[in-house]
Amino acid sequence: MYDGGKIITGIIIFLLFATFPFYYNIGKAHVKPDPKLDTPVIKQLKEKKCVESKSYMRAYHMQLLDDWRNQALRKANRTYRNEEGKLFEISLQNTCMKCHSNKQKFCDECHKYAEVKPYCWDCHFVKEAKEGGAAR
Amino acid sequence: MKMDRREFLRIAGLAGLGLGIGTGASGWILSRGIEASEFIPSPNALTAKRWAMVVVLSKFKTEEDYKRVIDACHRFHNVPDIGNPKDEVKWIWTDTYEHVFVGQENEYLPEEFKERPFPLLCNHCTKAPCVRVCPTKATFKRKDGITMQDYHRCIGCRFCMAACPYGARSFNWRDPRPFIKETNPSYPTRTKGVVEKCTYCVELLENGEMPKCVQASKGGLIFGDLMDPNSEVRKVLSENFSMRRKAEMGTGPSVFYIIGGGEEDV
Amino acid sequence: MFEKALVGGRRYWTLVAVLLAIIGIGFLVYLKQLSYGLGITGMSRDVSWGFYISQFTFLVGVAASAVMLVIPYYLHNYKKFSRIVILGEFLAVSAVTMCILFIFVDMGQPMRIMNVILHPTPNSILFWDSVVLTGYLLLNIIIGWTTLQAEWKETAPPKWVKPLIYLSIPWAISIHTVTAFIYAGLPGRHFWLTAIMAARFLASAFASGPALLILLALILRKYTTFDPGREPILAVSKIVAYAMVTNVFFFLLEVFTAGYSQVPGHLASFEYLFFGLEGHGRLVPLMWISILLAIVAIFLLVVPATRRNETTLKVACIAVFISLWIDKGFGLVIGGFIPNPLERVFEYWPTLPEFIISLAVWATGFLILTILYKIVISVRESIGPGEPAH
Repeated sequence: MYDGGKIITGIIIFLLFATFPFYYNIGKAHVKPDPKLDTPVIKQLKEKKCVESKSYMRAYHMQLLDDWRNQALRKANRTYRNEEGKLFEISLQNTCMKCHSNKQKFCDECHKYAEVKPYCWDCHFVKEAKEGGAAR
Repeated sequence: MKMDRREFLRIAGLAGLGLGIGTGASGWILSRGIEASEFIPSPNALTAKRWAMVVVLSKFKTEEDYKRVIDACHRFHNVPDIGNPKDEVKWIWTDTYEHVFVGQENEYLPEEFKERPFPLLCNHCTKAPCVRVCPTKATFKRKDGITMQDYHRCIGCRFCMAACPYGARSFNWRDPRPFIKETNPSYPTRTKGVVEKCTYCVELLENGEMPKCVQASKGGLIFGDLMDPNSEVRKVLSENFSMRRKAEMGTGPSVFYIIGGGEEDV
Repeated sequence: MFEKALVGGRRYWTLVAVLLAIIGIGFLVYLKQLSYGLGITGMSRDVSWGFYISQFTFLVGVAASAVMLVIPYYLHNYKKFSRIVILGEFLAVSAVTMCILFIFVDMGQPMRIMNVILHPTPNSILFWDSVVLTGYLLLNIIIGWTTLQAEWKETAPPKWVKPLIYLSIPWAISIHTVTAFIYAGLPGRHFWLTAIMAARFLASAFASGPALLILLALILRKYTTFDPGREPILAVSKIVAYAMVTNVFFFLLEVFTAGYSQVPGHLASFEYLFFGLEGHGRLVPLMWISILLAIVAIFLLVVPATRRNETTLKVACIAVFISLWIDKGFGLVIGGFIPNPLERVFEYWPTLPEFIISLAVWATGFLILTILYKIVISVRESIGPGEPAH
C-alpha cells in the first residue's frame, strides 16, 4: 500500500493510545466499593430509611440532588415530600450529610471506584473531626 | 444506486442531525423524574412581597457594633478573609459618608459625621442591573424582592460586578477555603471562579429566622416587608428621614439609611 | 484547499513552529490559572475586568473592519479591492477566534460555558455577544472559503454566497455595536454610560482594522508572491484616515462633555487616565503616548504626500494600531473601573502569567491568519495572474 510505513506506524501509535487505560492499570488491585452506613446519626435512627428507597437513590441520587438544588435555590421550595409522604429539609449539607457524615467511607467509596469526581465538594463539605478547613 | 461524495455527506449529515435531535428529545422526556408537586415551601418560612432593610445609624456607636454585625454574617456564610484588597471577599462592610453617598458631597458636614462608618451591603435593587446583565440567570430576582445568587450556575464572567453601581459583589479570585478560619458546617463554602454577595440570608428566612446581621445588630438593622404597611420597616421609615445610595440611578435599592445626627427614639 | 497549508518554505514553517511554541507555553500557564484561580492575574474586586477583556474589546473592532473592504467591493463594485477582500475576511476569522479565546480565558468557570446556551437570557448583552460573534465567525469562514475555492476553480462563486455576503455587512456593524452595548448600558459606570460609545467603537474599529490590513498586505508583498497592488493600499489608507479622524473627533466630544460640564462622574475617569487621581497615575504615560501617536498618525494620513509614501504610511498604520490598542484596551476598559463605585482608586496592571496567556491567544490568532493567508497565496500562485472571476 502507498505510504505503508507511515500508515502502520500510525496504527501502532493509535493502538498504544487506545489501550493505555488497560495496560496502565495492570497490577493495581481494585476492591469492590463497600460504602459504610455506620455513622452515629444513622445508628440512632429508628427506621433506617433514606429520603427515598435504596435502589432509587443508587440510580437517581444525582438527579434528585439536581432537582433539589433547582427547587430550593431557584424556586424557594426548601421542603421535600418523599413518596411515603415524609417531609425533609432540602439541603445536601444539613440533610444528606447529617446521616451520611462519613463522606470518605460512603460517598467516596463508589465515586473513587467509578472515577467520578463530582464538583459538589468544591463548595459543600462535611466536617470530619478536623479543626479548621473542610474535608473534600 | 450511484451516489457521489457530496450526496453521501449530505444524507449522512441529515441522518446524524435527526439521530441527535431524536436522542436528545427522548433523553429529555425520560429524565423528567420527580414531579414539582413534591416540592413545597418550608412551613415556617418568612414571606414578603419586598424585603427591605433599614440601617439605624445611631444604634452603631462603637467599632464593636460594626464588627459584631460583619462577623455574624461572614462567620455564618464561610466568607473567606483573604487579607488583601485585591482578592478580598466581603458581603457586608463599612465606609464613610463621602464614599457611601457618592452623589451627595457635602464638605460642611459635622466632623464626627464625616468619619462615621456606614454599613454597606447588597441593596437588592428592584431594577437590579446585575440581574439584567447576567447571561445565565445565575443572579436573579426572587418574588420576595431578594436578588439571589446561584453559585452552581455562575460562569464567572463578572459582568454583574461591572454592572453593580454599589460595588456590592465579590469574586473568588482564588480558592477561598484556606482563608476561612473556622468553617460553619451548616453552610457551604464557595469555590474559585464564582461571584458572591449578600443574599438577605434566604436559607434563614425560609426557616423562620431573621438574617444574621439583623440578629447581631441590637436594633441597628431593621428588616421587614416594605409592601406591608404594618411592618416595622414601614413604621420607622414613616417617622424618620432616610436616604438610599445612588437612588437617582433608578435601581430602586431596598436598603435605607436613617442617619439623623442626634438622638431619635427609634 | 487546506492541503496548501501543509506545504511551505522554511520561513513559513519556522513561523508556524514559533507560534506553536508560544501557544504551548501559554497553554501551560493557563493550566496554572485554572488551578490557582483568576487571582493569578492583576484583576481585583474593584477592577474586575482587565487585560483579557480589553484585548477582546479591541479585537472585535479589528474583526468588524473586514466590512470596510466588503462594502466597497460587493455593494459598490469597487473592483480595486478584488484581490484583498479575502484578506479582510480571513483577518476577521482570526480576530473573532481571538475574541472568543480571550473571553474563554477570562471566565472563572469555563467548564460551565454551556450554561450560556442552556439558559439563554435575551436581556443579557453577553448572550447577544456570543450569538453575534459565533455567527460572524461562521459567516466569514463560509464566505471566505467559498469565494476562495471558486477563485481556485476559476469559476464564479455559487449564488447562495451573495446573500451571506450582504448579511455579513450589518452583522459586522452589529458585533461591535453589541460589544459597545456591554459597556454603554451599565448605570453605575459613568465613564461608559454615553451614547457615543458604539460610534466610538466603530470609528476606532474602522481605523485599527484596515491599518492592520495594510501592514499585513505589505508584509505579504515583501515575503511572498502576493502583491496587493498599489491602488488598493492607497484606497484603504484613505479609509484609515477618515476613520482615525472621526475616532479622535468622537474622543474630543467626550472630553468636552466631561470637561465642560465638570460633573465628577464623567470627569473622574478622564482625570485618572490623563493626569492621575489621588496620587495614582500608572496609566498616565501610556495614555499620553496614545495621544501622541494619534496626532502623528493623523498628520501622516491626512497629508496626501505622506499618505501616498509607503514608508510614512507604514509608520502611520503602526501608530494608529498602537494608539487605538492603548486607547481601547487600557484606556477604555480599565478607565471605566477607576475610580470604583465608591469613588476609591484601586489600580490595575497585568501580571506576567496574564501577559503570557494573552500572548498565546494572540499567537493563536496569528497562527490561524498565517495558515489562511498561506492558502490564499498558494491558490493565487497556482491559478496565475489575472482578476478573480467574481
